[in-house]
Amino acid sequence: MSDALLDISLKDGRLALAASGAWTAERAGDLERRIDSAAKRARSATTVEIRMGGVERLDTFGAWLLERLVRAVASAGREAQVVDLPERYRDLLEEAHRANRTAVSAPRTNPLGDALETLGRGTVGILRDLVLIVQMFGEVAVALLRVLVRPWTFRFTSTVHHLDRVGWRAVPVILLMTFLLGCIIAQQGIFHFRRFGVEVYVVDMVGILVLREIGVLMTAIMIAGRSGSAYTAELGSMKMREEIDALRTMGFDPLEVLVLPRLVALVIALPALAFVGSMAALYGAGLVCQLYGMSPEVFLARLKDAISLDDFLVGMIKAPFMALVIGVVASVEGLQVKGSAESLGLNTTASVVKAIFLMIGLDGAFAIFFASIGM
Amino acid sequence: MDAIRTVTPRAAAFEVEDPIIRVRDLVSGFGTTTVLDGVSLDVARGEILGCVGASGIGKSVMLRTIVGLLPRRAGTITVFGADPARLGARARRALERRWGVLFQHGALFSSLTVRQNVQFPMREHLRLSRRLMDEVAVAKLEMVGLSADVCEKTPSELSGGMIKRVALARALALDPEIVFLDEPTSGLDPIGAAEFDSLIKTLQRTLGLTVFMVTHDLDSLHAVCDRIAVLADRQVITVGTMATMLASEHPWVRAYFRGTRSRARRVA
Repeated sequence: MSDALLDISLKDGRLALAASGAWTAERAGDLERRIDSAAKRARSATTVEIRMGGVERLDTFGAWLLERLVRAVASAGREAQVVDLPERYRDLLEEAHRANRTAVSAPRTNPLGDALETLGRGTVGILRDLVLIVQMFGEVAVALLRVLVRPWTFRFTSTVHHLDRVGWRAVPVILLMTFLLGCIIAQQGIFHFRRFGVEVYVVDMVGILVLREIGVLMTAIMIAGRSGSAYTAELGSMKMREEIDALRTMGFDPLEVLVLPRLVALVIALPALAFVGSMAALYGAGLVCQLYGMSPEVFLARLKDAISLDDFLVGMIKAPFMALVIGVVASVEGLQVKGSAESLGLNTTASVVKAIFLMIGLDGAFAIFFASIGM
Repeated sequence: MDAIRTVTPRAAAFEVEDPIIRVRDLVSGFGTTTVLDGVSLDVARGEILGCVGASGIGKSVMLRTIVGLLPRRAGTITVFGADPARLGARARRALERRWGVLFQHGALFSSLTVRQNVQFPMREHLRLSRRLMDEVAVAKLEMVGLSADVCEKTPSELSGGMIKRVALARALALDPEIVFLDEPTSGLDPIGAAEFDSLIKTLQRTLGLTVFMVTHDLDSLHAVCDRIAVLADRQVITVGTMATMLASEHPWVRAYFRGTRSRARRVA
């Protein structure tokens, strides 16, 4: 396409501009450059005339650029004369004439200020999250008390439904994951302990590690990713579609109807899954030991000596607390979801990350606690 | 079926000269249900065509089939003289640039600001300077009756009426020749709806738009539509001006245009 869109000629202080071709969105980029160079030339001219007769098509982009030129000429103290404008484009030009009259205040940007603001908001956000989590714990406790006083209001069906989803259906993946973990720990242990000729202590290591820490922690992390995120997404999209508000207006407490059954299901399911997971890990470890030449009888006998009931209890006691953390964080995040799809994604991510972080913190606190009571 | 025959005396009543959209014997639906069976309709260049019909009759299905969101099972659709389904990717993109769609609930991108929403088609389809995109985006927002301060807001901060206006500005971002409006005035109060109607009329005049509008709003039909197409029994049963509709003897058309709600309007 060779048409120049805007022919510029400057003679004796008279700037004559002749428009041609299609002044439309497709050519707007080229046209803008022509318009801006014409505007620059207009400063050294005394009169400016814009002939629009040759224009074939004009849309909002073209009309706006013409208006921009007219304004640029006007701001240079001259007056632009638009002549020969086809009648059918008059309304459009009027529209462009009215546009962009109020200056849009560009948002202030200051890199240092912005960084400080982000830091400050982040800090306040962490504190606010902690307050919200504590608050949710309190509200759940109150809801639980209410249900204990009036047990018939407890949503039994819903709880069983969630128990099926977060408990029963999670069994295969938990079994597989912890089984493999047990295999890997045993293999690594044997590999290194063999150098000192104390392979048999692998059983001690696996037994204590799995029962006290790995079994429950890994299961909890898996459940945070699998069920915590689902809880957040469910509650979040219900919040987005005003379903939670609908429950409130019908006189239901969303906490009692939605949060409590999910939380109870999680508190029941996680210890069970942690137990199943620990057993699978020990089984995997036993299999690997057999591969490396330790007979199952020796493995079991050694395991019996190596671990005590305390080790098992330490792991199991932690499980329901971790379930509570997952459930409460997931509910808090779910109810924080705002209107947009983006916030649903952000809160779901935050739910999993915060739950895992808090669980590991909790695990550390438990380790100190159990050490000081000698368990 | 007798009633249909009486309201369509000529088989070609839906035909116009040099249509911008031409639909013939369209069959469409989803799953195992057939929603449209043998729909034929023409949209003339520069007109505002209103499409009415009972809830769930397939008005939105028709719109979505024309713009290619739903696959069709049979029939032909010609837009700007070409069948969108038979075009290659590049030609199809060029074609899609020439129409804009306003979805029923706005369908604004919730993670972008209003300005970014309006600029999105420009950014993707055209190579423009930032300044020009900013200026045109503001101009478009002002054309749909919003002020420049909404630019930096996100869609979740807007009211229903504002969402519709921003969505219309986005549909108009590339200066399309056709706009498809899916229930543009639903969810607006009567004053807001009337403003929106006159806005559509003004834009249609200034920009030379062709408008295909699915609506339930009798006032909109009265105020802005040049022609009305009635969808019933999986087909377009009648097309014509408001006078044609009022003269029609089809029971559904009678009930719709001469029912209590429409009478109340004419008395008022």
